Amino acid sequence: MKRLLDEGKLILIAIPVLIWTMLPIYHLFVLSISNQESMLAGKLWPDQPTLQNFQIVFKQQHYYLTNFWLQLFNSFLIAITTGLLTLFIATCAAFAISRLKAPGGRSIMNFALATYLIPAAFLAIPMYKAMGTFGLLNTRTALILAMVALASPYAIWVLKQASDKLPKELDEAAIMDGATSLQLFRMVYLPLMKPSMVVIGIYALLLAWNEYLYAFLLLSSEKELPLAVGLGLFLSADDAPWNLLMTAGLIYAIPPAVIYYGFRNNMVSGLTSGAVKS
Amino acid sequence: MTATTMATSSPAPSDATSGQARDRAFWGVLMLAPYILVFAVMVVYPVVYGLWIGLNFQSYKALFADPIFFRTVINTIIFLFVAVNLKFLIALFLSGFFVAQRAWVRIVLVLFILPWAVPSIPTILSFRVMLNPENGMINQQLFQLFGIMEGPGWLTDPTLAFASSIVVHIWKSLPFWTLILVTGRLAIAQDLYEAASVDGANKWQQFRFITWPSLATLYVTSTLLSMIWTLGDFNSVYLLTGGGPGDLNHVLATLGIRYMRNNNLDLGVASIIVAMPLILPMVWFMVKRLSKGAE
Repeated sequence: MKRLLDEGKLILIAIPVLIWTMLPIYHLFVLSISNQESMLAGKLWPDQPTLQNFQIVFKQQHYYLTNFWLQLFNSFLIAITTGLLTLFIATCAAFAISRLKAPGGRSIMNFALATYLIPAAFLAIPMYKAMGTFGLLNTRTALILAMVALASPYAIWVLKQASDKLPKELDEAAIMDGATSLQLFRMVYLPLMKPSMVVIGIYALLLAWNEYLYAFLLLSSEKELPLAVGLGLFLSADDAPWNLLMTAGLIYAIPPAVIYYGFRNNMVSGLTSGAVKS
Repeated sequence: MTATTMATSSPAPSDATSGQARDRAFWGVLMLAPYILVFAVMVVYPVVYGLWIGLNFQSYKALFADPIFFRTVINTIIFLFVAVNLKFLIALFLSGFFVAQRAWVRIVLVLFILPWAVPSIPTILSFRVMLNPENGMINQQLFQLFGIMEGPGWLTDPTLAFASSIVVHIWKSLPFWTLILVTGRLAIAQDLYEAASVDGANKWQQFRFITWPSLATLYVTSTLLSMIWTLGDFNSVYLLTGGGPGDLNHVLATLGIRYMRNNNLDLGVASIIVAMPLILPMVWFMVKRLSKGAE
């Protein structure tokens, strides 16, 4: 009896939690299979579900979708490049700080942490100005550099913590055998760090894929934009092709959701462990 | 370059350890170099440049004379206070739900994490369309189910629009903080609860005397971290209402960008600099805390 009562209480919590969580996502999905008419009527389920929206998006048959494939490609390009660059920079830096005890490593770690903690929206304006000085405005390079700068600090911090946990004896033994730093890096550090590196690569990739503000500030021509900003352009439409917007949005949301669920267990423990540690 | 030649050209056996030390120092600096370069070019240079622009005292005069700025400061404080506290109270409560040992609760958790896992642009735009006062699903359903002709102006009434931004913000960031608190709760030894229930402690007493004391530090640290990030939440306000109606609902994160887009870079920078006395102490505190935790 008591067990049944407990179960009932849990279900009473679960139902509102699920409605709250799923409502906007459900709405996104329903509009993507609605025609204009049932969308404007605010139907909970369309009278005649249709895949026509997807056809229009894939064939770029609407003014706001002229560059859909190119913008999707831009999103991939920016995300993958950011992921790889961040991974390279952070893996090297974490090795230098944690294993080689590079001079000044501690202060660099603290500066990086401060960069990570200051809200990105507050760095956006000075960074925009700097990009103007470098002559990089409206290039995908500008966005990639900005995203690498934003993703690296946390990446270094997580990798440094993971590296600190590797036993010191490994290094000592290798050094006794006359291993150089580079050999230590290749043969001891890299193989053991692989799991954390996967998490961090994905972290940087998703950060860049999801970014809106920096892309919106640094890029202006429609051919350079990633899909995130391309979707934002719909907001200026008068005829409100929301169902097309939601369809393109759904397509845009699927890759990160798939990646996230594929690496769910690594991601959650990898990314939350840092915050809990403190 | 000289360091390599020195390290490789003098590998005399007696000199091996100092050669290795030099090799370590050389590679240590070289491997830090890419990050230092990115940090110098993309963070230090822009910040110094921004501070230099921020030396213009005329901009602060203009900023304080702008009625939108005062409204924005009040909004930001309300947003921070309401959003962060509400989010953490809900997260604290839900973390208790998600530690329940049931297979189906774990499935609910997987779905619950979705808002955090999917990008914010499509979902916030989905909120925006859903809350549209005329054709949005919410008001249409209010009409069809309850015959309410004119549903609430979710995005057109200033107070409701502001509340909607807070709701969107909580929707997006609640899963992450709930997960953090779940992890914290799982770290509490189970036999404490068993001992307590043998002694006849009820659920509230168990929370009051076991759960809360163990979670308090994590709860406070997380609240602080969330405050810093909430301060920088641009998307929940900008993508939902654009800071409207009538520029009444800006927060500091969107106001600076608004100035900049109106070609008023000086005011944009000034609005960020005035927020620094609030942000920097929190950042400093967290850096100390996190780097201590990492040792």
